[in-house]
Amino acid sequence: MTTNFPLVLGLDTFGDATHDETGRPLSHAQTIRNVVEQGVLADQAGADFFGIGEHHTDDLPMPAADVVLGAIAARTTRIRLGSAVTVLGSDDPVRVFQRYSTLNAISGGRAEVILGRGSSTESFPLFGYDLADYEDLFEEKADLFAELLKGGPVTWQGKTRAPLHDQDVVPHTESGPFPAWIGVGGSPHSVIRAARYGYSLMLAIIGGSPARFTPFSQLFHQALERFGQPPRPIGVHSPGHVAATDEQAREEFWPHYLEVLRHYSRIRGFAVPTKDSFAAEVGPHGALYVGSPETVAQKIAANLTALGASRFDLKYGMGGLSHGALMSNIELYGTQVIPRVRELLQ
Amino acid sequence: MTGRALSSLRSPRIAVLGAGHTGPVIARVAVEAGYRVSIAASGDPEKIELIASVLAPGAEPRWAADAVSGADVVVLAIPLHRFAAFDPSLVAGKLVVDTMNYWPPTDGVQDLFEDRRYGSSEIVARRLARSAIVKTLNHIGYHELDDGRRPAGSPERRALGVAADDPAALDVVAGVIERLGYDAVPLGSLHTGRVLEPGGPVFGASMSRTEFEQAVHTPAA
Ligand SMILES: NC(=O)c1ccc[n+]([C@@H]2O[C@H](COP(=O)([O-])OP(=O)(O)OC[C@H]3O[C@@H](n4cnc5c(N)ncnc54)[C@H](OP(=O)(O)O)[C@@H]3O)[C@@H](O)[C@H]2O)c1
Repeated sequence: MTTNFPLVLGLDTFGDATHDETGRPLSHAQTIRNVVEQGVLADQAGADFFGIGEHHTDDLPMPAADVVLGAIAARTTRIRLGSAVTVLGSDDPVRVFQRYSTLNAISGGRAEVILGRGSSTESFPLFGYDLADYEDLFEEKADLFAELLKGGPVTWQGKTRAPLHDQDVVPHTESGPFPAWIGVGGSPHSVIRAARYGYSLMLAIIGGSPARFTPFSQLFHQALERFGQPPRPIGVHSPGHVAATDEQAREEFWPHYLEVLRHYSRIRGFAVPTKDSFAAEVGPHGALYVGSPETVAQKIAANLTALGASRFDLKYGMGGLSHGALMSNIELYGTQVIPRVRELLQ
Repeated sequence: MTGRALSSLRSPRIAVLGAGHTGPVIARVAVEAGYRVSIAASGDPEKIELIASVLAPGAEPRWAADAVSGADVVVLAIPLHRFAAFDPSLVAGKLVVDTMNYWPPTDGVQDLFEDRRYGSSEIVARRLARSAIVKTLNHIGYHELDDGRRPAGSPERRALGVAADDPAALDVVAGVIERLGYDAVPLGSLHTGRVLEPGGPVFGASMSRTEFEQAVHTPAA
């Protein structure tokens, strides 16, 4: 599949609580300050985008991504900044628009949003929503958010928030709507929803073979056509870790990956990963981008081509990796992976 | 529905209910295995026509009632929190494959499924009293179902558990699982089938037949 959109190579974080060099957990406050440093480095190293995913847990203390992005915006001039993702279903679309429109103002037009649910569910009980209503909540709010993005007074009515009558929502953007994506993990309904409301499509591929998402790209193109929407870009978000060598990257990443997945497997009841399943995910047909710059670049280039995608966001970090290891990952991604992917895809 | 009629079903017609994450993948692998497959969501088939044509080409989108009436095997791939509103008469007299799992953080607390003496499929079976219930496909991720297939005899072939109270229904579904590309490990009752649930020894795990048999026959600590 081919694509006519410019190649975008970004970084995402969930603000995983980091450890110091001796393995002791840092405070939430220090973790957040570290994320600001990481965003600034991402800009210097040459990444196109820096995204922060909304989370509300002790191991991912990142509920106010837009505030952190504002701090990064003030110290950078080039990199685009956005959510990855904003949990729109448990938020108010008007507030989300206001926060990111404010970020857009601070950053001189560099804001984006990726809307979705992510793999987390904790914001629903926290804000008094029922996850069983997820589909209805997201559908309505994605519709309203698309209206807000157009700018100008909004008239809207639904079941999930108060109606708006010819409402002017501020701050106005300087140069039209900022980019908005919907993050999709495997729901074809979400792909169609993205197409219907005019969002770009971000495929969150966190396990299994990336190539199995190829039909989702086709579904998106066909749905855009059906709704009379112009073509829109497709991106890929996947976890990974870059170090000087394949061996070093795997050794650094594996124990933290195991610990994090062990935690989630206890909560959700699935099997704990094994060395074998990890090797499969790290290999050419798996979803993890763990390795040397060359290994990771080759895998990104191959999967973007297979999926007809023009954007890749590496979700770096895994609970407990040190700030130092994350900084080195960012540096290598910006200075080596990105130029190599560009070269491979030229 | 008699056991005899069921066991003579060599190529059952399959209706998949649910066109979300899971349903279209099941429909696709079933079409590829040579079955006649229809797929339905809760409403007008027009709404899932695009999904079916791209994600499960060959599976016919239909109204749920039409899909079910033309099928021998009905695969329930709907969220568990929608099950309370599911009409049991729709599948009366049918063989029903229950792929559903109960996970309160996404389903909300479902009173119907809170009685921990019973597995979720036992509770489903009680409600769908006029159907034969078979539990399988719940413990493999929808994202693995496609790539995980291997021909019979392949050393990499993955095992899936198949649990049912009705032995004839179990046989039919075990045959389907084998033909999709997995080794079917029979579990003689829905009560034993609780080992396939979230938190059990095989949930989300890729195992060979031998490993699987060992895992399900070792009583949990
Ligand atoms: N996640 C996995 O890897 C996995 C693996 C195996 C099994 N499962 C199980 O598969 C089930 C479905 O999960 P999912 O993630 O695929 O759900 P999903 O993406 O939310 O999709 C649900 C689908 O079910 C349809 N539906 C709801 N009620 C229906 C009804 N009464 N009749 C017909 N269709 C109905 C919906 O149609 P409308 O949009 O028209 O309402 C929608 O197409 C769950 O029980 C889950 O536990 C999941």
